[in-house]
Amino acid sequence: MLVNFFASLKVMGLGMLGIFSVAVVLVIIMIVLNKLFPAKHEADEENRED
Amino acid sequence: MQEILNLYSNIGNLTWQMVVMWIVGGVMIYLGIVKKMEPSLLVPMGFGAILVNLPLSGAVTQTIDGAIENGPLDVLFNTGISSEIFLLLLFIGIGAMIDFTPLLANPAMMLFGAAAQFGIFLTLSLATLFGFSLTDAASVGIIGAADGPTSIFVANYFNSKYLGAIIVAAYSYMALVPIIQPPVIRLITSKKERRIHMAYSPKSVSKVTKILFPIMITVVAGIISPRSVALIGFLMFGNLVRECGVLDSLSETAQNALANIITLMLGITVASQMRAEDFLNIKTLFILLLGLVAFIFDTVGGVFFAKIINLFAKKKINPMIGACGISAFPMSARVITKMGMDEDPSNILLMQATGVNVSGQIASVIAGGLILTLVH
Repeated sequence: MLVNFFASLKVMGLGMLGIFSVAVVLVIIMIVLNKLFPAKHEADEENRED
Repeated sequence: MQEILNLYSNIGNLTWQMVVMWIVGGVMIYLGIVKKMEPSLLVPMGFGAILVNLPLSGAVTQTIDGAIENGPLDVLFNTGISSEIFLLLLFIGIGAMIDFTPLLANPAMMLFGAAAQFGIFLTLSLATLFGFSLTDAASVGIIGAADGPTSIFVANYFNSKYLGAIIVAAYSYMALVPIIQPPVIRLITSKKERRIHMAYSPKSVSKVTKILFPIMITVVAGIISPRSVALIGFLMFGNLVRECGVLDSLSETAQNALANIITLMLGITVASQMRAEDFLNIKTLFILLLGLVAFIFDTVGGVFFAKIINLFAKKKINPMIGACGISAFPMSARVITKMGMDEDPSNILLMQATGVNVSGQIASVIAGGLILTLVH
């Protein structure tokens, strides 16, 4: 039982680190996407076409 | 006369455990119909629990006179759940229902979604102290994902024999979020914190961003956790179908017909795991208790993360929105919005809460994938 418990603590540590690291990567992706493809730019393109 | 008596001979195969499961099924049907708690799952599951706990029930596989007679619920289980097909198809529908705009407009909310998965991992550790193996503990911990398909996917991957109890716990507690979260939040926050105003300035998100986002998530999550590619990929595929703008009829089908058909099949099929001999044991009670712990500590994790941010941030965050990182969408966002307005009617936290709630949906699937990768 204790063997499993200590193994689970490792899973907990790596799991939370892992999920935060993925979250940070996703935040960066979202920021980059918003910078590269801003919504205002799309509205200007549509106005020019009209 | 003897022949008529023979018609009722099956009564002799009835056990008290089966009758208890009829009551369990009846309670689930009651909760679904009268209390309107996740009726789309609890009603079929409740009825299925009764079906599979009739003596020599033809709905499940039986061995009669040495011959195996395959029951349709077991066939459906092997075809749809063991193979993960039902779950992945349902995820297409769920992905098509999600609007990531509130999250894309405020990317930092993603971190709260990550923090609110704490309950999964804490419960995993606690479960080992209750005597569960590491894989069974992981299957129990994933109840904290507050996401039925992810919970079933992970528990099924680990061949957990507690699948029935895990599913009942997951869906029951998802429906109980309005009851579980508020007292926990009030316990760990002050009135002053709950009254923190958060200004909302609407930001638009471009269509290109909304199209590229599901693709990028799939690539990132897939590289980090290859075992979760099916799970996150199907979810994001559904979202892509929604956002691309050229597949409106497919999006409509995914959100409605597909999701409804699979939900119909899923509920009654998972009941095949609710046979009395599998369900009625002390471990089931532990699972129900640990599932509640998972939800509580998901809430605690999200709220405390917000409080930690507030130690450094100039613009304070209302810590209640951290609790929305639980994947119970949109219920958790509604609960926190209501709590905010109860404290101060002018404090409308809906958009911030929705952004965090949406991030929780992504984070819970990623957490599931990480568990599949880390637990052997």
